[in-house]
Amino acid sequence: MAKLSAKPVAGSIAGAAVQLATGDITAVALVEGIYSRYEEVDDEVKGYLQINKEKALVAAAESDARRAAGNTLSAYDGVPIAIKDNISVDGETCGCASKLLEGYTATYDATVVQKLKAQGFIPMGRTNMDEFAMGSSTENSAYQQTRNPANTDHVPGGSSGGSAAVVAAGEAIAALGSDTGGSIRQPAGFCGVVGLKPTYGRVSRFGLVAFASSLDQIGPVTHTVEDAAILLDMIAGKDQLDSTSIPDVECNLAASLKGADVKGMKVGLPKEFFEIDVLNDEVKAKVEAVRDQLEAAGAELVEVSLPNLEYAVSVYYVIATAEASSNLSRFDGIRYGARVEKTKDVKDIYYLTREAGFGDEVKRRIILGTYVLSSGYYDAYYLRAQKARTLIRQDFEAAFEQCDVILGPIAPAPAFKLGEISDPLQMYLSDIYTISVNLAGNCAISVPAGETESGLPVGVQFIGDSLQEEKILKAAQFVEQQQAQQGD
Amino acid sequence: MEYEAIIGLEVHVQANTATKMFCACPNNFGSEPNTNVCPICLGYPGVLPTPNREAINKTVLAGLMLNCEIPEFSKFDRKAYWYPDMPKNYQITQYDLPFCIDGKVLVEGKALTGELEPKYIGITRIHLEEDVGKSTHAGTYTGVDYNRAGVPLMEIVSEPDMRTADEAWAYLTALRQTMQYAGVGNCDMEKGQMRCDVNISVRPVGQKEFNTKTEIKNLNSIKSVHASIDYEIERQIEMLENNEEFKQQTRGWNEASQETYVMREKEDAHDYRYFPEPDLMPVVLTADKVAEIKEKMPETPAAKRARFVEELGLPAYDAQVLCLEKATADWYETAVATGADPKKVSNWIMTELLRELSDAGLSINECPITPENLGELLGLIDKKVINGRIAKEVFAEMFKTGDAPGKIVKDKGLEQVTDTSAISEFVIQAIDNNEKAVGEYLAGKETALNFLVGQVMRFSRGKANPNLAQEALKEELAKRG
Repeated sequence: MAKLSAKPVAGSIAGAAVQLATGDITAVALVEGIYSRYEEVDDEVKGYLQINKEKALVAAAESDARRAAGNTLSAYDGVPIAIKDNISVDGETCGCASKLLEGYTATYDATVVQKLKAQGFIPMGRTNMDEFAMGSSTENSAYQQTRNPANTDHVPGGSSGGSAAVVAAGEAIAALGSDTGGSIRQPAGFCGVVGLKPTYGRVSRFGLVAFASSLDQIGPVTHTVEDAAILLDMIAGKDQLDSTSIPDVECNLAASLKGADVKGMKVGLPKEFFEIDVLNDEVKAKVEAVRDQLEAAGAELVEVSLPNLEYAVSVYYVIATAEASSNLSRFDGIRYGARVEKTKDVKDIYYLTREAGFGDEVKRRIILGTYVLSSGYYDAYYLRAQKARTLIRQDFEAAFEQCDVILGPIAPAPAFKLGEISDPLQMYLSDIYTISVNLAGNCAISVPAGETESGLPVGVQFIGDSLQEEKILKAAQFVEQQQAQQGD
Repeated sequence: MEYEAIIGLEVHVQANTATKMFCACPNNFGSEPNTNVCPICLGYPGVLPTPNREAINKTVLAGLMLNCEIPEFSKFDRKAYWYPDMPKNYQITQYDLPFCIDGKVLVEGKALTGELEPKYIGITRIHLEEDVGKSTHAGTYTGVDYNRAGVPLMEIVSEPDMRTADEAWAYLTALRQTMQYAGVGNCDMEKGQMRCDVNISVRPVGQKEFNTKTEIKNLNSIKSVHASIDYEIERQIEMLENNEEFKQQTRGWNEASQETYVMREKEDAHDYRYFPEPDLMPVVLTADKVAEIKEKMPETPAAKRARFVEELGLPAYDAQVLCLEKATADWYETAVATGADPKKVSNWIMTELLRELSDAGLSINECPITPENLGELLGLIDKKVINGRIAKEVFAEMFKTGDAPGKIVKDKGLEQVTDTSAISEFVIQAIDNNEKAVGEYLAGKETALNFLVGQVMRFSRGKANPNLAQEALKEELAKRG
């Protein structure tokens, strides 16, 4: 094993902004710094699928020129950011870590990328992931196995395992990931960084290769809570190209965090969270420690209930696979991506291309999703799952009448070893704490809360009501401050 | 035994919007292949659909014109269908909550082969979906043009209310007419802007339940819809008489042999796996919004026909012909607004104008004559500046040059001669040159007078007022008799 966790050059987005402003560092130096750390560790971490140094250097030089001329696009002009391989950046590969999209180059920028570019951020590098974001360990990537920088014998989590790993290893200042059932929060927790899943609709999905449309959200993976707020401020907002995006709401989260505390904050503790028998003792102890710190700082603890939590995994795997089976039907080898040659007819192109192009987990979910949508089964599965989803949403609504945020674990256990979980169902159950949030459409954040005795990071999760990112960020910032004090 | 056919139609009409249904590409027929495309209508990874408001409004307008109800709550669904011309391998359509339901349309008057009693054909629903691309097969290769992929497509489903090919023909004609009146679709079947599938079964008269139906596809004109129904009715009656077993079939139409043929049987029916489109929000059409669209709703063809009959005193047949196309009806009304007699204007359009247009291969919109000018021409006749025969000559000149009739009459010196001294000159010429006819008339043969009037017209080169000419002839002949 090796421990490769490190702070990146400039430490954080906010740190980079200060150093760029004072002239202590240039955008070119930031890109060089990131790249040299990549050269140093990525052979082991394997967090990037691709990184284009030359292109990033060109953008960095342009940024430095703007700054010299006093024309910066924003305070963050020149900060490089890693992008998950399922978010479209014009001119770059966007293969979702799948063989099927080998050779595909995106022809347009995702809305989030366009917004970041407009602020001067430099997209740099495509991060590894579970194929089409289906998985919890990044073991389903068709290309490489990303390792957890805290202990390279362990998985980084998934599906945004590459994004979390490159940030944790100091090979990126920050990254974008996507979260359909915990794919930002769980790897952030496993790797010891911050991961935020925004409220469904707060961030445009345009340009995010869809896994499950009604659950997917793009969000930041960062070193600090403040950075998560900064990035969300940058990427949030109504998008004409995404009908499901929420009409404009004020987003000044980074500013709202300054000097915030948790005094008087009502922290909900769902009793069902702690009754789950697979919950690891060390993880449970970390959550309890955070709970006690919050109480000591003047927060009010409230017991709440999420009675339908037990159905969340089943509901999720019906709805997510149903949508995925449809979303992934466009990958047929006809218009782009890889195509198996020497086929005898159209059906042959479909069958052979998809047989060769998709990995086992993707096929498993397409088959399941196709089944639950089939005539005669729709009512029993899909329709029923949608009704149960409504009940889960109502559970959260009732809970948020009693509290401001909900505190809980991110996953039942810390990062497991590579190859340790081979049973898909057992893997699905590791998402129990995260997926109900996607089903309800709420926001949630994962923040580091210490390590296990063996040195694996443990994160805790704060869940907020729809559009209540400010509250969960404040709670997460409190945990971050507590950790910093303990580290001192 | 006596039989009756049960016929229902599924009609697809492209909405004539500026852009496609879910992206900003132009909705334009006839462009170079794959030029009106973008990542969205090509189904590239990561794209999302944005619904076209204009297409929704046009669908609602079509529904209102067809007397539909507009439910407050509608949504889009996905329909799984794998084919290379379907970029996402699913089509965004509407499954259980379409924009328009429970409408009806009136069919009446002259149909292709007979006269129809007025009858309402029920419309089950109108839903909005996206069109697919167009495949062209060449040898072992297939090319796909995605210009059409994503064009807004309204599907209009009728009740099984039609009984004859004529009724189906009239229904389809009425639909096309309504779409054109509403300005929501051009409905050129040759360009694929309107497409029709026929569902048809036959049963003995008096039987309550429906027999197994056949679906006919590949129909590319209203005429072939008519022909295929007649063919299918005969084929199915023959099967019934021979006690042959019916399987639910989809049949194609062979234009050359004028026959239907089997395309597939029900066994290969698709499972479309419909589910609500998660990328789009449900559509709420409030009563206010519907009222706003209704306010801009033009008169329906049926209402216009009724008004032409009741207010302008036209025969039903004239009203039917004039209202066939909204542009013709508008042209007609503009001409009538000049003060011309409504029936006379109708006669001129139906006998002269439509024939000239058809000979020249022009549409009414391209007509060289303005309706105001036709009104002026009729005024010249009324004021006896020209006679009917000269008017036809002037009309032909107007069609050729687009000039106003007054100008043509003046330039060519075609004013009717009403000056009696001038006319008597022509009368004398006519009498002097036609001794035989004069003799016959004087011998009591009244019809010889008509010949002599014709001669006066000939010498005057058509400009003499025929009534005055007749009077003058009689007078002059009386002197000689």
